[in-house]
Amino acid sequence: MSRPMLLRGGRVIDPSQKLDERLDLLLADGRVARLGRDLEVPEGAELVTVDGLVVAPGLVDLHVHFREPGEEHKETIRSGAQAAVAGGFTSVCAMPNTDPPIDDPAAVSFVRAEGQRAGFAHVYPVGAVSVGQKGEEMTEIGELVAAGAVAVSDDGHPVWNAGLMRRALEYTKAFDIPVFSHSEELGLTGHGVMNEGPVSTVLGLRGIPNAAEDVAVARDCIIAELTGGQLHIQHVSTRGAVEIIGAAKARGVSVSAEVTPHHLALTDEAVRGYRTEAKVKPPLRSTADVTAVRDALLAGVIDCIATDHAPHHYEDKEREFDDAPFGLIGVETALGVCIRELVVSGHLDLSELINRLSCRPAQIARLPAGTLAEGSPADVVVFDPEARWTCRPNEFYSLSRNTPFAGQELVGRVVMTIVDGRSVFARGADH
Amino acid sequence: MTARVTFGKDLTDLEGLSADQIRTILDVAEPFKEISERPIKKVPALRGKTIVNLFYEPSTRTRVSFEFAEKRLSADTVNISGVGSSVQKGESLVDTARNLEAMRIDMVVVRHGSSGAAQFLADRIPSNVINGGDGQHEHPTQGLLDMLTIRDHLGSIEGRRVCIVGDILHSRVARSNIWGLLKLGAEVAVCGPPTLIPPGIEALGVGVLKRVEEAIEWAEVLNVLRLQLERMEAGYIPSLREYNRFFGISVARLEKAPRDILILHPGPMNRGVEIDSHVADGPHSVILQQVTNGVAVRMAVLYLLAGGRPERAEAAKKESRE
Ligand SMILES: [Zn+2]
Repeated sequence: MSRPMLLRGGRVIDPSQKLDERLDLLLADGRVARLGRDLEVPEGAELVTVDGLVVAPGLVDLHVHFREPGEEHKETIRSGAQAAVAGGFTSVCAMPNTDPPIDDPAAVSFVRAEGQRAGFAHVYPVGAVSVGQKGEEMTEIGELVAAGAVAVSDDGHPVWNAGLMRRALEYTKAFDIPVFSHSEELGLTGHGVMNEGPVSTVLGLRGIPNAAEDVAVARDCIIAELTGGQLHIQHVSTRGAVEIIGAAKARGVSVSAEVTPHHLALTDEAVRGYRTEAKVKPPLRSTADVTAVRDALLAGVIDCIATDHAPHHYEDKEREFDDAPFGLIGVETALGVCIRELVVSGHLDLSELINRLSCRPAQIARLPAGTLAEGSPADVVVFDPEARWTCRPNEFYSLSRNTPFAGQELVGRVVMTIVDGRSVFARGADH
Repeated sequence: MTARVTFGKDLTDLEGLSADQIRTILDVAEPFKEISERPIKKVPALRGKTIVNLFYEPSTRTRVSFEFAEKRLSADTVNISGVGSSVQKGESLVDTARNLEAMRIDMVVVRHGSSGAAQFLADRIPSNVINGGDGQHEHPTQGLLDMLTIRDHLGSIEGRRVCIVGDILHSRVARSNIWGLLKLGAEVAVCGPPTLIPPGIEALGVGVLKRVEEAIEWAEVLNVLRLQLERMEAGYIPSLREYNRFFGISVARLEKAPRDILILHPGPMNRGVEIDSHVADGPHSVILQQVTNGVAVRMAVLYLLAGGRPERAEAAKKESRE
């Protein structure tokens, strides 16, 4: 067990307790021991002075791809979890589209164990909805939950069969877990590689219309209403999906939604020059869509921010746009992008941003995270909300470099990340 | 005068060219046209330069046109295409780029099935890169030769009404025509089955005509695109027969035109599908002249990218010593 730690003089922002004030935070035995003014340093405790820095519950990412097993050259559970804590995330949900997919209890246990062995962020496995993620036969969801899965998803692919989605949303009710849905109608995606619109027309690249997402989100919301299951829509990118989710919520349907930092920050203009690092699913959309997802986040129609961290090897992205894989990485840039795009611009205040990056996602997946209430796990992020820094992919802990934010100035930087009361990341003064 | 107009390293698209640059290319092509009429069709303008014609997609037409242009300027040329070459063996474009760089090639003409491939190469090698058609993006020299042909017949591009007919969605020829014609002040419309009209095309400043009869009523020039058989297989249109019935350019349709219409086609033609033989071989067709102009325009592009001065093109032509 690590030494107790006292974080002194920070601006503690904990939306779960509606706190935003200068307080000291004492961590002991892997838990939050005390939160208060002018706390004494207990015998043997480590004193960390965090004047001028924000102290918040560790960030929670409902959507990462750590590629292990099967594609360890892109990312491993260890490298991904280390990248996560460097970005301030103390809990992450690992998607099951590995090779083989996480569709049986042994695979779920493997992901959990690797996460624990790495000792950085908590890595919560998400099990597959269907065996082999083939969209046909439901996995043994109960067994997956017993082994540690916190949700099921066929992410990487949609659950194309509406009947299977119905069964999954019904069956998961027995285990109180959400179904995470990558909602996409493949018949409308076709061979599309970017957002369909004026930019795709100019570049001569095949487009993916907003309707590919809207249709699938509508279908999933209707099935959630039918079943009463807990639906979570992943990576919302369109104004149409926002409207559909808003309407479903207004009817009392149990649906939540996430948006990625890149869909909050970038439009399809980022693809110009055939930039494969901006090739992602769902695709970067139009300005009207970016405005809509930002407004929806503000209004609470979109509940939280998740990165969809999707590492790809350099050589896979260094090629013709049509042939490059979809996906970009995000755990090390999320906070800096979100503060720049949402806080500096006045969309959200810092407290609300932390709510959407920590408290809300923790609630959706029922994770023991997202709060600094006394007695809760000592998962903490300390960051400088004003620090401006240049995104340099060669400094990432991730094994991959595929980010569209390379070279850009981001605002807000993690100084220290604590998991279970242990400092698992600290940025030196030189960084 | 056009003497101050300069060019970048590459020609990847017409989107990025200015009206002056386009006019300069067309003007420089004029003196080169005549070389093709001579018994000895050669000038030394590019003597000592090595040019690779890198064709990932089969295209006899464009490759031969470039090759003629290169040879008439006295360049040393190598063709890489077809069975057994590295491009067929699945060598990646980035490796090909590295190899070309190592071989110190002066210029590369690239034809590739993926949009952006020419830009990809241009960004990675010091050689001049000329886009010979990339996926569904652009085919700039085709756009230029179409404009040269229109200018030959109508005297100017400005104010002319040009309609591009057919599969606009998948056409690099359409995109290069649109950019080039708009920059030179033409009015441009597109016409075709709605499944083959790209979304958002109006944003470029292009009109969309629903029926080919409207196009014939409106246009002074029809640029008729080749309809690929794959479009039917992919479900964009129900059949070639139906396409011909509703979108094919026939004599009967053209007879209803209020004026003579210039007919262009980038080739190769599907006679009886997008264009009837009597139209293709008829008095208003300039399809063969497009082929002739293709060589002249490509000579102009090669000459200018190699650093040739526009005002010296006429003189370069006369330097023939062979
Ligand atoms: Zn997804």
